[in-house]
This record gives sequence, C-alpha cells and structure tokens, in this order.
Amino acid sequence: MFTQYFPSRSRRWGTAFSWGMFGLILILAPLALTSSFSHTLLSQIGIAIIVCLAYNILLGQGGMLSFGHAVYSGLGAFMAIHTLNLVSAGRLALPVSLIPLVGGLAGLAMALLLGWVSTRRAATPFAMITLGVGELVWAITLMFPGIFGGETGIAGNRVTGSGLFGITFGPQIQLYYLIAAYTLVCVLLMYAFTRTPLGRLLNAVRDNPERVEFIGFDPQMVRYLAFCVSGFFAGVSGGLGALQFEIVSSEVVGAARSGAYLLFVVLGGTSLFFGPIIGAVLMVLASVWLSELTAAWLLYLGLVFVVMVLVAPGGLASLVVVHLRYVAAKGLRNVGASYLALASSAAVMLLGGVLLVEMFYHRQVNAVLGPTLVLMGVSLDLSRLDVWFGATLLFVVGALLFAVSRRPFDRAWAEFHRQGQDGRADRPSGEPA
Amino acid sequence: MTPALELCELHKRFGNTEIIRGISLAVRAGERIAVIGPNGAGKSTLFNLVSGRYAPSGGKVFLQGKRIDGMRPFAINRLGLARSFQITSLFSQLSVFDNLRCAVLWSLGYRYTVWRRLSGLADANTRAGQLMDRLGLGHKRDELVKHLTYAEQRALEIGVTVAGGASVILLDEPTSGMSHSETTRFIALIREVTAGKTLLTVEHDMGVVFELADRIAVLVHGELLAFDTPQAVRANPAVQDAYLGLMKTAGLKRVGR
Repeated sequence: MFTQYFPSRSRRWGTAFSWGMFGLILILAPLALTSSFSHTLLSQIGIAIIVCLAYNILLGQGGMLSFGHAVYSGLGAFMAIHTLNLVSAGRLALPVSLIPLVGGLAGLAMALLLGWVSTRRAATPFAMITLGVGELVWAITLMFPGIFGGETGIAGNRVTGSGLFGITFGPQIQLYYLIAAYTLVCVLLMYAFTRTPLGRLLNAVRDNPERVEFIGFDPQMVRYLAFCVSGFFAGVSGGLGALQFEIVSSEVVGAARSGAYLLFVVLGGTSLFFGPIIGAVLMVLASVWLSELTAAWLLYLGLVFVVMVLVAPGGLASLVVVHLRYVAAKGLRNVGASYLALASSAAVMLLGGVLLVEMFYHRQVNAVLGPTLVLMGVSLDLSRLDVWFGATLLFVVGALLFAVSRRPFDRAWAEFHRQGQDGRADRPSGEPA
Repeated sequence: MTPALELCELHKRFGNTEIIRGISLAVRAGERIAVIGPNGAGKSTLFNLVSGRYAPSGGKVFLQGKRIDGMRPFAINRLGLARSFQITSLFSQLSVFDNLRCAVLWSLGYRYTVWRRLSGLADANTRAGQLMDRLGLGHKRDELVKHLTYAEQRALEIGVTVAGGASVILLDEPTSGMSHSETTRFIALIREVTAGKTLLTVEHDMGVVFELADRIAVLVHGELLAFDTPQAVRANPAVQDAYLGLMKTAGLKRVGR
C-alpha cells in the first residue's frame, strides 16, 4: 500500500513487505505498549482506521464530500449493540466476534437506502444532501428513545457466556486482537477495491463524471456502488466501536462525528491510500490524548487543519512521501544536517506558538485563576509584558528559521507536485508493463 | 440496408431559440461524413443530440435502426455510438493507460466489477495497450493525463472515444487548436483508428474535409443546406453563397481561432 509511490523493480516484494509490516505492527503494538490505557487507545485507532479509509473511498477516490458519514458507522453501531443485547439475553445465537459484521450489514443497508438519494448528485449538491440526511438521522435517533436510547444511549455487555477457548473479549487485549484482525482484513479489502474495475471507474467519475457517461457507464451507479462499499466498512467500524465502548448514544451519528471523519481524513491525506490511516491515528490521539493535555485542543486542531489545507493539500501522507523520496534521492547520510535544522526550527516555532495559544487561552478562559500559567512545569506570569514579547519572538524567529531551513526540500516538493501527488495512488503496482 | 445512423426531422429548442430546425439525414455503414458550417450553425448541438447529451425537442434518431433519441448517453454508447469532445474531456488524474482501460471496460462486459483485479483482465489490458501504441502514447503509459502535451491529449481524446469499439464515431473538431503539420499527422491517425467504422466529424480545415469525407453535410442556421459528395457540394451554388464564400472572406480570421 506504500511502496508503489516509489519506482522500484521489486515493487511486488516491497508491497508484500509493507503489508507484512502493517500486520506486524498490529500484532506487536500492544506488546510494546502494555498499559491498559494504551490498549484502549490502540483499539480505538484500529476502529478509526477502518472508518477513515471507508470515508476516503468517497472523498479521495470518488470526489464525494460527505458531511454525514457518521450516519453509517453510527447506525452500524446501534444495530451491533442491539444484536449484542439479543445475544446476551440468549435470544440469538451469534458469536460476539461476528457482531461487527452485523454492524457492517446495517451500514450497507442504510447506504443502499440513503445512498440512492445522496448519490443522485455529485459535488456540492451531494455534500448538501449528506448534511441534510445526517441531521435527519440524528433527529430521528433523538425522537425514538426506545430504539436509540435517547441521550443516555443503549448499553450492552460484550461478555456473554464463557466464550470459545476462554476468549470472552472481556479483557481489553482480547478485544484489541479482534479489532486488529478486522482492521487488517478491512484495510486489505479496501485496498483491493482500489484495484478493481469499479475502483478505477470511481476515480474516473471523480475526475470527469460527464465523460464516464460516454464510455458506457452511469456515473450515478458508480457513485452509488462505491457509497455502499463505504457504508459497509463504516458500519463494521461502528460495530467494533459498540463492542469497544459497550454503549452507543446518538452522538455516534452526529454532525460532530461526521466532521471529525472529514477533518482527519483530509489531515492525513486523501490522495494517497494510506493517508487516512495517519488521519485515524491522529483522530484518536487528538480526541483522547491531546484533549487531556490542553483545554485548547480544538483550537490547535483547527489551526493545524487550516495550515495543512493551505500549505500541503495532500495532507500528512504527501509530506511523508516527499521526505521519503528526498532521503532516498540524497542518501541517508547527507540529509542529517538539513533535517536537524528543520526539526530545531520547527521546535522553536512550535514552542512559541504553543506558548502564545496557551497564554491567550488562559487569559481569556481561566483568568479567574490568576495571572500565573503553569505550562510544562514552568510558571509564567502573564501580567508581565516580557513573557508575551518572548513568546512572540520565539514564534517569529522559529517561523523565519523554518522558512529558511525548508528550502533544501523545495525541489523535492516541486517534483512531487509535478508528478501529481495523487498519481501514484491510482497507479497499480507490480503489473506487467 | 438499414442506415448506420438516421436522423428524422430533428429539432432542438433552447427557450425561444431554435438551434436545430428539422434535420433529416441517413448515414450508410462505413461512410465518412464531414459536418461543416459557420460558427453557431448547430454542429456541436447536433452531435449533442445524437450522443444523448441533450434530448431533442422533436424528431427521431435511429442507430442501426434502433431508436435512441431521449436515451441517456451511456445507454447510447452501449449500443455502439461513441463521441469525442471539442474541448478535451479526459480523466485528468489518471494515467494514459488507465484512461484507455476505463474506456474499454464496458464493451468487454466488465461493467461495475468489484470481484476481479483490473490488472488481471488480460483482454482489457491488451486492447488498451495496443490502442495506446497506435496513438503513439506507448512511452507515456503511466503519465498522468494532466501532464500530457495538448496534441497528446487530443490523440488520447480520440483513443478514449474509439476504445470501446463503437461502430459509429462522432468526432467534434478533433483537430481544433492544432498546427497544420500536426493536423496532417492527426488525420492519418483518425483514418487508422476509425477504419471500417462509420465516422461523422465536425471539421473546419477545408483541405481535410474534402480529403477525408465521402459525403459532406453543410449546416447553416440549424438547417441542412446540402448533404452530398465533396464534388457536388463544391459545385452547389447555394453552398457557395451561404458558406464557402463566407469562409473565403473570413478565411484569415479562422486561422487565428
């Protein structure tokens, strides 16, 4: 999923290698990070990876900007939690490990139904329809508390009976490996989808829907089918989420959730297959970890998003590829100095930026706590002007140095853009020439 | 014998403006037709009506005897009619090879396939590869379309049009924006890839028109002024009055277009 962005004779092996690495990381991650908090975190990352890749089938591969994709993951989650409760009550004989598939089928069913409406149009009308459908479904979940649990949600218990070989999915680590297995299979399937005739036609519809009509295909049908594929995987993700949290409330179908999918997929990068995986990792880290660190996390998120869209519309994935190519071209030994300069100037700029944000935030929101801000163990007296001056200076000097130290990378960046940041994404690897 | 393409009293109105005013013509299988006429005569509109981009306001269109007017473009394409566009219309973020590969899929019966790998479709890959070589784009296989030169994009435009093996081909100003030497080369290419097919082309270069066409359809103000062999059209006084004379006086301006 990765190596095809580089010219290589042994691409096939490279592809196999990167998949092997992906699988290995999924297997080994919880052994390296052993706290139960990190197991929860890793489980959520797996769930997020599936839904972000599913979202990108629409956005990156089909050019469909959806503001309401949480509908499909969310309704998948509701279906999964109800199914789980049926299993718990002994009214349905189904292994807990298959419940995410029930979520997937629910997502698929909803996509079959609602997607027919949404995909009648492309571009802006499509976006509007998804927004409307999202609001509609969210309102419906609040109208029927019997089914959707109102604001408290529907609770469940993933441990039912003794389980096969003692695997009850009660301990987080057991559930993690279930999620990891689903993640690996779903990512593989979604990658395979990009290589099918329908997957390539979806790219064609993204680029020029009218011309698709003149080569024998109905662009609406292409969009609809892709929408259903995406809905299925979103539903699987929702089903896994239901098992993970053991509670599903109406926020899972809400606009905030849909917005997060969009934001983090764009941040990760829509034009390369693995971009949304980066986005998914960030989504979990931001909402679980960054939100613990600072109250201003949404502000940082917004800033990073805006900067990313302006500076690197290809997202983090495009930055990764540019730098890997740069290193590959220059040789690892020759790039040390330029990276040291880049990293240190970025650190200074970041420090200044973070200081400013935290200081402003403290002044505006936490003013009642007094003028002293404690940040990373350092006390800052915000009533003193030199603190403000110092933070601004750090940021400005850091930004200037950063602008200078990124110059060596400009050529690599320009070259990447010339070739098209998305070109490699659509290009099959390991095919006979 | 059933005509490959037949138009009966075709009309198209946009609001109060009638662009096509009752055109009837029949094209025999394997014929090469050049459609000429001054700007605004309705040439492109005619192609849009036949290919399904617009629905006619009146009249009928038959493809191999089957009525196609009012059908969606993809349905018409599946019946064996393909068209190119005056303004290049390709899949800009896909490679040359993938553009052609997408264009051959339907005719080989792959439809909306998700259970097979694109790279495993030997027939689709072979056909797209052969066509790519005939277009002279073999060395640009993996180049994204947006990075091709104008002439290469025009060649690919033709390629995507003929890739599906349609028997009736409509080319809308295939040589527009090309230099004279490029045009000559291009006409040879068009001859080659449309060999044995029924061809309708909108063309401004009169040299090309008289060389390429078996018959010429002259359109003026949405009406068919003449539809005959090049010699007959050249000798037709009405055509000379209405169109060729106009071309001569406006000849210099046309070059700059």
